[in-house]
Amino acid sequence: MNLHVPGAGVAERAGEIARSMLGMEGPLLPILHAVQEEFGYVPEEALPPIAKALNLSRAEVHGVVTFYHEYRRNPAGRHVLRLCRAEACQSMGCDAVAEQVKQALGVDWHETSKDGNVTLEPVYCLGLCSCAPAAMLDETLIGRVDLDVIREELAEAGR
Amino acid sequence: MTLIQEIDYGTPASKSDKTVTLTIDGRDITVPEGTSIMRAAMEAGIEVPKLCATDMVDAFGSCRLCLVEIEGRNGTPSSCTTPVADGIKVKTQTQRLKDIRKGVMELYISDHPLDCLTCAANGDCELQDMAGAVGLRDVRYGYEGGNHVKARDTSGDINAMWMPKDESNPYFTYDPSKCIVCSRCVRACEEVQGTFALTIEGRGFDSRVSPGMHEDFLSSECVSCGACVQACPTATLTEKSVIEIGQPEHSEITTCAYCGVGCSFKAEMRGEELVRMVPYKDGQANRGHSCVKGRFAWGYANHEDRILSPMIRETVSEPWREVSWDEALTFTANKFKSIQDKYGRDSVGGITSSRCTNEETFLVQKLIRAGFGNNNVDTCARVCHSPTGYGLGQTFGTSAGTQNFDSVEQTDVVMIIGANPTDAHPVFGSRLKKRLRQGAKLIVLDPRKIELVDTAHIKADYHLPLRPGTNVAVVTSLAHVIVTEKLYDEAFIRERCDWDEFEDWAEFVSEARHSPEEVEKVSGVPADLIRGAARLYAKGGNGSIYYGLGVTEHSQGSTTVIAIANLAMATGNIGREGVGVNPLRGQNNVQGSCDMGSFPHELPGYRHISDANTRSIFEDLWGVQLNPEPGLRIPNMLDAAVEGTFKGIYIQGEDILQSDPDTKHVAAGLAAMECVVVQDLFLNETANYAHVFLPGSTFLEKDGTFTNAERRINMVSRVMTPKNGYADWEVTQLLAQAMGLNWNYTHPSEIMAEIAATTPSFANVSYEFLREKGSVQWPCNDAHPNGSPIMHVDGFVRGKGKFIRTEYVATDEKTGPRFPLLLTTGRILSQYNVGAQTRRTGNTAWHPEDVLEIHPHDAENRGLKDGDWVRLASRSGETTLRAQVSERMSPGVVYTTFHHPVTQANVITTDFSDWATNCPEYKVTAVQVSPSNGPSEWQEEYEAQARQSRRIVHVEPAE
Repeated sequence: MNLHVPGAGVAERAGEIARSMLGMEGPLLPILHAVQEEFGYVPEEALPPIAKALNLSRAEVHGVVTFYHEYRRNPAGRHVLRLCRAEACQSMGCDAVAEQVKQALGVDWHETSKDGNVTLEPVYCLGLCSCAPAAMLDETLIGRVDLDVIREELAEAGR
Repeated sequence: MTLIQEIDYGTPASKSDKTVTLTIDGRDITVPEGTSIMRAAMEAGIEVPKLCATDMVDAFGSCRLCLVEIEGRNGTPSSCTTPVADGIKVKTQTQRLKDIRKGVMELYISDHPLDCLTCAANGDCELQDMAGAVGLRDVRYGYEGGNHVKARDTSGDINAMWMPKDESNPYFTYDPSKCIVCSRCVRACEEVQGTFALTIEGRGFDSRVSPGMHEDFLSSECVSCGACVQACPTATLTEKSVIEIGQPEHSEITTCAYCGVGCSFKAEMRGEELVRMVPYKDGQANRGHSCVKGRFAWGYANHEDRILSPMIRETVSEPWREVSWDEALTFTANKFKSIQDKYGRDSVGGITSSRCTNEETFLVQKLIRAGFGNNNVDTCARVCHSPTGYGLGQTFGTSAGTQNFDSVEQTDVVMIIGANPTDAHPVFGSRLKKRLRQGAKLIVLDPRKIELVDTAHIKADYHLPLRPGTNVAVVTSLAHVIVTEKLYDEAFIRERCDWDEFEDWAEFVSEARHSPEEVEKVSGVPADLIRGAARLYAKGGNGSIYYGLGVTEHSQGSTTVIAIANLAMATGNIGREGVGVNPLRGQNNVQGSCDMGSFPHELPGYRHISDANTRSIFEDLWGVQLNPEPGLRIPNMLDAAVEGTFKGIYIQGEDILQSDPDTKHVAAGLAAMECVVVQDLFLNETANYAHVFLPGSTFLEKDGTFTNAERRINMVSRVMTPKNGYADWEVTQLLAQAMGLNWNYTHPSEIMAEIAATTPSFANVSYEFLREKGSVQWPCNDAHPNGSPIMHVDGFVRGKGKFIRTEYVATDEKTGPRFPLLLTTGRILSQYNVGAQTRRTGNTAWHPEDVLEIHPHDAENRGLKDGDWVRLASRSGETTLRAQVSERMSPGVVYTTFHHPVTQANVITTDFSDWATNCPEYKVTAVQVSPSNGPSEWQEEYEAQARQSRRIVHVEPAE
């Protein structure tokens, strides 16, 4: 797991992002996405300025951020690998694949490999049940995965 | 005596006029349209099991326990979220419903500790009740799986789901292991209090209640109002006092003794021990809500600093000597008599307390008028809302606010002037925020960016950050816009006010020098903000004005009150719900103390002392001649003392040394007197200069009434024996008897009977009537048998509403090269007034010292950082305190509170005062701020003097 030392400018930058998106309808989720895009995760220091810009309490923003697993509370590795664990994928052996991937990367769920390259996350249905077991590497969907496919994709994604 | 159990209807009442009839469990029930099935059932006495519903918050439908069956409809809808409909047939108990409920309870209990016998909520736990109600006998799932209950699992490994108790709040604990995630606390914080400090973090089995961002309660946004604790159905949020003492066994309805909102509480007791104060749902001022002060900060009543024996001394340099009541009262009576013999009848006087009951205040002024034989009586309203009395008296004809607090629910535009309700009148602040969240508009006139300007879900439409001291200019400029743009309500003015006076006033305010563009130059408020605010107030629907000491405590306090009244009359915003002019009065009974004849020129009911008819009512009853000349006001008494003509004073429950302006002058006045009698709970700052100390009693130790800011007379109940031996009214009576007066009241109800018999606006008030009605708003007489929630409904009390010109005159207190900043003073939520009570409670966790708020720009110029010690100096004096750099301030303006005697903010304030009423100009002082190393010379001298003066010699009782 990476140790994060928050930069001094996180709060200011998060405030800027929030203020620039105020015109949107329902701006909180897009703002959080933009913050995650900027920092790789949603740093805690980013929440008070977002709350202030949106006229919310920081508790409310915290409630939203923690509700969605998509928002990371800690920095991830360079790549995020999501393995689907929903019913269809389970029936097609995703649990076994998951065990192999964990061993190969030397991580458990939500952890990042020691070299900082990959973070492993479970996901519950990618909507790709016809190609189960399914996975998603960063923004790319992958069907019918096994350990070899995963290895190839990771190699292709580069380091 | 029993514990008052209030019925929980599950969902709030519907306000619809239309009714609907339905059948529940075979019974026909008629309720207002929009009522939930749950509430309709409860109104008929049928209790549907529930956990996540309570009638202080809206229905949520998460617990799945309140399901019902409706004939002809599919499924099992939740009764809390399903509204009634005409003719529907509802069943609350069927086999199917029973099975579902039992199943749901099994799930809840599988993740809940089974320590009911040793749990603090035992006897007051809805989860326990519901387990009983649904007949839970067994939990099929066992208790071994994933849970939030146990710190370690059976193999001794740490359970990551478990969270320890949060005991950071001084008054209640949060035990996450007992939480059923019903969200009642979260919703209470949002809907009732309006702070949004709580949330549910995570999802699914990870869901937890989180203060702030997974913080502890104390460091979160929580303001400790207690609404969440009240809403919690389990022991998750529990008062520490209940954990320590146990469940109460009886309760009494009483009234909070802090601010002018006058919240009703249930004082829940074990014997004579207070277990907790719980806001009373039927309280007509607070409607079941509370703030940190009333709900929790009553520990001062048992504080070790309380003085319980009378004490006397010949000179203030001697230590105090504890004596019997008899000796203390004889000593006092003899002193007063000999002073009057030597220096004349007018050489003594007294101050009534806005903290004591109406009955006690009435007795003190009676003692002075009938016993001392002069009118040298005044009260602390002198230093707060005396301009309200004058201004509203002149324009409308009554010295009080025009509305009840419920009126805020009907308002469309709220103008807040020089008030900070979320800190100083928190329960009203919450009710106001609720209305604002429903869409009402908000205008704030304040040099500071108060919380209401910008806080969660609240944003002021207009914030006019005026320079302290320019209220009259700005309010008159609002009138300029209303008149010149013809936004006034001509029909209302022609019908209700004097048209000639209106025309004269309209001509005055129309002058170009009152235009927003001109006023911008003196007030610093951009002209377009003034124009926008004026248009919104005049044309935004029901416009209401709420104002505080930021209006009155100025050299032109009375003028601003008049200007506000002019605005309301010109726009027709008087005499119905949702409008009006509402002073937010500071102390629990400051309205009452004014009503009771505490001013030197007025007998009870605001009747001038020079009026022979009024005097004769009292003269006949009291058997004395009353002096027709008004007596001395507090500042005059102090001046006269310094001059050597005023020698003795009886001060009940007021700390003038700390609360009144220009501390050094007050000290000099007190020091020049021969007999200063202080009646108080504690050796307050004034007592440093006292010769007699008579121990006072708390509001828990006496019967009586308080009158709140909406003129509401509320009952105060004695729930424990006075620790000092006597209630304050008894002490005053004993002093009167020692001075030879034949007083024989056996209960405060007899004093109220005397007030009613002599004061037309209280004519129909009696304890029986108050017990029956809960409370009543004066005037309450044959013309208004049920009191007067809204005043001036069919016409102004004085006849025609009076428009008066309001010429702006800048204060003499001006900034200059030596004192370039303006200091304004105010309050903070957790502390109250001089802090004598709140400083002796857990509230110090939030505000341990007074701080100086200063704008970053002004701080940087002076090389100051957040937390630095600074020296604050004015033409009157100087003190030191810590700086808090804050963008809530405008540049050029600094702010502090006066809750702590160590700071003595009033050493700084000057003796400038309101032209009409002498109300001090606390809100404007020219100051300089500079870095400092520690306490000022004055602070050190004061500290030494106070220590010297507080010595007590405990005399061994004679054998």
